[in-house]
Amino acid sequence: MKTWLEAWPVFRQLTGPDPLGRGSAARSKATEDVVSRTATADRVVQSICPYCSVGCGQRIYVKDEQIVQIEGDPDSPVSRGRLCPKGSASKQLVTSPTRVTTVKYRRPYGTEWEDLELDTAMEMIADRVLDARRTYWQDEDGGKRVNRTMGIASLGGAALDNEENYLMKKLYSAMGAIQIENQARI
Amino acid sequence: MNSDCIVIEGSNMAECHPVAFQWVTEAKARGAKVVHIDPRFTRTSAIADLHVPLRAGSDIAFLGGLINFVLANDLYFRDYVVAYTNAAALVQERFRDAEDLDGLFSGFDPDTNTYDQASWQYEREEGRDGVSEDDPARADRQEELSQEYSVKQADQAQTSGSGGPPIHGKPKRDETLQHPRSVFQILKRHFARYTPEKVAEVCGIEPEVFLKVAEWVTANSGRDRTTAWVYSVGWTQHTVGAQYIRTAAILQALLGNMGRPGGGILALRGHASIQGSTDIPTLFNLLPGYLAMPHAAQHETLDDYVADAAGVAGFWGNKRAYMVSLLKAWWGDAATPENDFAFDYMPRINGDHSSYRSVADMIQGKVGGYFLVGENPTVGHANGRMQRFGLANLEWLVVRDLQMIESATFWKDGPEIETGEMVTEQIATEVFFMPAASHAEKDGTFTQTQRLLQWRHKAVEPPADARSDLWFYYHLGRILRDRLKDSTDPRDRPLLDLTWDYPLEGETRDPSAAAVLREINGVGPDGRALSGYLELKDDGSTSSGCWIYSGVYADEVNQAARRKPGREQGPVAAEWGWAWPYNRRILYNRASADPDGKPWSDRKKYVWWDEQAGRWVSTGDNPDFEATKPPSYEPPPGAKAQDALSGRDPFVMQGDGKAWLFAPKGVTDGPLPTHYEPAESPVKNALYDGVQSNPTMEHIKGPWNREHGSASDVFPYVFTTYRLTEHHTAGGMSRTLPYLSELQPEFFVEVSPQLAAERGLVNAGWATLVTARAAIEARVLVTERMRPIRTASGVVHQIGVPYHWGERGISTGDSANDLLPVVMDPNTHIQESKAATCDIRPGRRPRGPGLVTFLEEYRQRAGLPTGLVPVGARGTVEG
Repeated sequence: MKTWLEAWPVFRQLTGPDPLGRGSAARSKATEDVVSRTATADRVVQSICPYCSVGCGQRIYVKDEQIVQIEGDPDSPVSRGRLCPKGSASKQLVTSPTRVTTVKYRRPYGTEWEDLELDTAMEMIADRVLDARRTYWQDEDGGKRVNRTMGIASLGGAALDNEENYLMKKLYSAMGAIQIENQARI
Repeated sequence: MNSDCIVIEGSNMAECHPVAFQWVTEAKARGAKVVHIDPRFTRTSAIADLHVPLRAGSDIAFLGGLINFVLANDLYFRDYVVAYTNAAALVQERFRDAEDLDGLFSGFDPDTNTYDQASWQYEREEGRDGVSEDDPARADRQEELSQEYSVKQADQAQTSGSGGPPIHGKPKRDETLQHPRSVFQILKRHFARYTPEKVAEVCGIEPEVFLKVAEWVTANSGRDRTTAWVYSVGWTQHTVGAQYIRTAAILQALLGNMGRPGGGILALRGHASIQGSTDIPTLFNLLPGYLAMPHAAQHETLDDYVADAAGVAGFWGNKRAYMVSLLKAWWGDAATPENDFAFDYMPRINGDHSSYRSVADMIQGKVGGYFLVGENPTVGHANGRMQRFGLANLEWLVVRDLQMIESATFWKDGPEIETGEMVTEQIATEVFFMPAASHAEKDGTFTQTQRLLQWRHKAVEPPADARSDLWFYYHLGRILRDRLKDSTDPRDRPLLDLTWDYPLEGETRDPSAAAVLREINGVGPDGRALSGYLELKDDGSTSSGCWIYSGVYADEVNQAARRKPGREQGPVAAEWGWAWPYNRRILYNRASADPDGKPWSDRKKYVWWDEQAGRWVSTGDNPDFEATKPPSYEPPPGAKAQDALSGRDPFVMQGDGKAWLFAPKGVTDGPLPTHYEPAESPVKNALYDGVQSNPTMEHIKGPWNREHGSASDVFPYVFTTYRLTEHHTAGGMSRTLPYLSELQPEFFVEVSPQLAAERGLVNAGWATLVTARAAIEARVLVTERMRPIRTASGVVHQIGVPYHWGERGISTGDSANDLLPVVMDPNTHIQESKAATCDIRPGRRPRGPGLVTFLEEYRQRAGLPTGLVPVGARGTVEG
């Protein structure tokens, strides 16, 4: 049973094996009770940092289907567990309270955002794609067959996955859209 | 880490790629020299053995000086140069160098500001010796068409991104390198004027500093030692950006530093999958794997399309197999030999359809709709005002992002709303904001800066209506195909015949990214995943969505998801992720052995020929060469593609298997790099009287894009944009995060104490930066990290401007990119962000309509045309 004297860190420091007071002498019950979020996570998922092009390994800790922590992956031969300030802050990127998670719609000449169902928005975008595709269609240009529409342009960021870029280029080419660009141009 | 000397130029690696910089510090700890060449003193400079504070925009002069130093002092790696570069090739008699024509190469057409590259080509051996042409007439016709204006505008140079453009026939050679028309002698003459004194004058540094770098670089190159070069957008974002990199490539080839451990030129790219976005491009002029987007004038049929490669030596000789396999991946059973494998389903380009040109088209009302997919161009791209005028003249805009970014709200709170140049109620653009899934909420691969694909596993489902871009495009395609299912219009066949069946997963019916990756890898006639592009056929029996990625799903295994811990592997770590091509970690690594297949030295042993085993072996990498082709191999007559290259030709994507010191084709602004001043520069070109800046650079004219030209008294200072460690590009992924916003809370600019004194700027006070495009305000940081540069034209002051800010998020501020003009490298259509001119004055900028008048007065004083635009700005492009 612990006495009040043993609960006093200075006493432990003076009498115990930790004379500098930087280890066991300084530990309190509160310290003992603190458990890292990484220790109590339900699962750990290996991922890659979404910021610059170095490709540092990340470990994403999930509890109750929520991301509770993101840390560097020590297994990665690229980064050896390290992350920069941005990579270290990427949990905030994912769990940010200012993230917009529902569709917003601004009608022509409108002054405010309005809400829209996701499915409705998809159908409306499809209408507009078909319409612009037709309106700006060219079978020929300068006497040469071009088989394209000049009515649809696209600009992607370079955090797009390879698979996403692939489907984009495939779909745009099939619909005849050619002004397809990416941050990789810049 | 294996380098003996590392030169970081046009990059602030310690701050912008900090985790990669650990390898530089390790190399330094092992004794390597580290040099940092950059206008600003940064944390990279602090770690380096030497900082060279050169003037922004003078790198070709510096690198050209090194080339001259190497050639004049016979310090090149002779055995490497003779065997592995095109130094010995002879160039046609009619070629004239820029040194002969006061800044222009032969073939310049002043009407279009483009070059006819015909006179730059090799003098060919008679009878196209050693190379068979399937259809020489068609190949020649392609050659002619490649010089058409619309083709050049469309940027065909870049379509040979993973190798050189096709060349036909073998060049005559002089192995002694003495022939006056040999590439080696041309190079020597071209750079002869780049003396240490000239370099010092152009770059604004001391000759001793240049000589120190020259000494370190040459002492650390050769058989036993290697030097690496590291660059970032400090090189690419110039009107001569591609030529910056060419200059480094020439130097590294002369020193024998390519394809060897610790050598090379490392491009540190800026985004998680910007390499992937180039390999599987959402770029107008490219198809996956650096295949060209078909051009209306050049490519009527599949035979036209592949004619430039048919019979060409090197791996581009198999272009037909790569293209047919792509067509099969996209249109499956509808792609048959009878219909040219549906080649006609592809839309055609016929000019510059790049991003900035498309924005100019938007301003003219020529574009209906626009998708912004994780991109914030009103902050991240040059000339934000021009970007916003483009957005305001669309019919509709779809923005997919995590946060409400500036590009989505330009109609509500953009800077032009404040000045009255735009009125919310008059903007017709319909805007859809579609919430996106984050990197943790979807499966997929990023390709990092060394071509390494790394798979991310989905950790959780995205919240509410947030979806992956894979989901968005798959379902958009599904809806479009459903709408058109009864159509008989032939224009709809490409959509209807598209292969578009992917397994759907989970509640949101997200398509399987693994299935898409497997399609990219490709399958053979047996329906099994291919092991690599050597298995691709041109008869339609194989498919592959991106030939250079073929192998990423070899053995039906997602190779990009391999995660053998680094500590359990050798230094190459070949079992972590998968690098294209064929999981090779150092490209062209055949060059790490001598022509006979022996390592150049024990110290730099990497890939060599094992005579007993009859194959190439390595210390841990996969040889970038046919595994069993011996060094003694000579191509038999009639050999094609890779078989037409000998066992001593390491640069297997090039038509001649050699590293190009001189580019006989493909670089639109000259076969050799030469120093031109930036489009906006206070300094006169010290090398040429007749040509100030790149004569082929691209301009877009309009009131929102007035250029200052050179030596403007009104805009006398140079500014250069850059990134901070704590923020990311246009800020959507960093200014919205509390931690990062706290670490770098406010927009600031860096000025020298001398400039501060000259203009009355006070540390931590306000300053206004002015160009003919915009005026922005920022806090002032007076620091000796910025150094005034002394040149023949007088003192040049440089200002450092981080570009992350915009009007939304937690940390807000004016946007640096609003200052920039859109003026571009003709090879890449990349804007010059790293050197432009401005004025700076103490205090805050005017607000509201006063800002418009303030800027107009500046333009008048500078003698420039008006920059005023009617409200909304439609129809104001001048050319």
